[in-house]
Amino acid sequence: MARIVAGVGTSHTPAIGAAVDNGKAGQPYWLPLFEGYEPAKRWIAETKPDVAIVVYNDHVNAFDFKIVPTFALGCADEFPIADEGWGPRPVPVVKGYPELAAHLVQSLVLDEFDMTIVNEMQVDHGLTVPLTLLFGTPQAWPCRVIPLAVNVVQYPAPTGRRCYRLGQAIRKAVEGWDEDLKVVIFGTGGMSHQIQGPRAGLTNPAFDKTFLDGLSQDPQRLVRIPPIEYLREAGAEAIELVMWLIMRGALGEKVEEVYRFYHIPASSTAVGHIILECR
Amino acid sequence: MGKPKMVLDQTYEDIPGTWIFDAQRARLGYHLNEFLYSLMKSSNRKEFLADERAYLMKFKMTEEQREAVLKRDWNRLLELGGVSYALAKLAFTDGKSYQWMASRMTGMTEQAYVDMMLKGGRSPDGWRSKSERRGKR
Repeated sequence: MARIVAGVGTSHTPAIGAAVDNGKAGQPYWLPLFEGYEPAKRWIAETKPDVAIVVYNDHVNAFDFKIVPTFALGCADEFPIADEGWGPRPVPVVKGYPELAAHLVQSLVLDEFDMTIVNEMQVDHGLTVPLTLLFGTPQAWPCRVIPLAVNVVQYPAPTGRRCYRLGQAIRKAVEGWDEDLKVVIFGTGGMSHQIQGPRAGLTNPAFDKTFLDGLSQDPQRLVRIPPIEYLREAGAEAIELVMWLIMRGALGEKVEEVYRFYHIPASSTAVGHIILECR
Repeated sequence: MGKPKMVLDQTYEDIPGTWIFDAQRARLGYHLNEFLYSLMKSSNRKEFLADERAYLMKFKMTEEQREAVLKRDWNRLLELGGVSYALAKLAFTDGKSYQWMASRMTGMTEQAYVDMMLKGGRSPDGWRSKSERRGKR
């Protein structure tokens, strides 16, 4: 049986990818951040997942506004790297798992989550920066990846409760796949940040800490946070944190927090990271 | 023109210094964002930079939106339905970074903005609502 064994929450700030790609990771501005991810790199090297389900959002790269899917599951056998305006990131192409993705779609739709099926899609920093943070700069990514793109760009994003329930349905779907697979699910984006308008640069470490605590101890409190609270307290783009609730929902009731890291700044964002193992 | 019969919660309009990209703003900004999306292709970036106005005329944008693009009036572009991730493609086309664009939106120099972030970022205190903002000024 396939099993979700752990969840990873992490920011996906594009400047982090650019720092690695341009050889700046050792500079004083960036060093504390990358040092903070070293234990995570060791953890994932030991965990050796076969598949990563990466919950992220596209940033007007795969999807313009012709079609705005709330939940889109990548069912292709590979996903090219998007040119976001300065050339594609020099990272390996992302290999999918179309058989498992097709199974997930079928299970999720019957569980009343109407997924958009995506058979061709480029992936942007939202997906590739978390891979870089956890896996570094390999010649090929060490596991297969199923992208789950969530609309958090055009308001409203799906609610936290809806996201949590989708995670629960993903857990059930994965367990319905008859192959001995270790699956890790990533919830990405956040943490507090605002990257638009005169209020840009907003961060809220107290909000972020409460959110990280809630993930490990009381996710039911987090699913009740209304959208306005993310926007007002943690910045217009902090609504991305609902994607972490998909990850948390997919882990089952009991988890153990095995690592946490928090750092300000990466460009305009507060960077948060948590690893939760299923118990 | 019709209006929603059920009043939708738009309390986010009360957040100062922020334009939430909601369904109505997305509708107003559709062609503007399509223009910005086109800048993902390097051939389009070159064509735009060679004659900006001629390139903009290829899109069904409003004249106000075209003017705001030509002036790189970032906050006006947000107000007219541009979404920050798409606007970033215009900044990248100019050889600038996202951080630079964000600093322009705040009216700070890029260095002052970087310094603010290095000190932990902007506190939400005084920025939660328009009335709280007025009290702080």
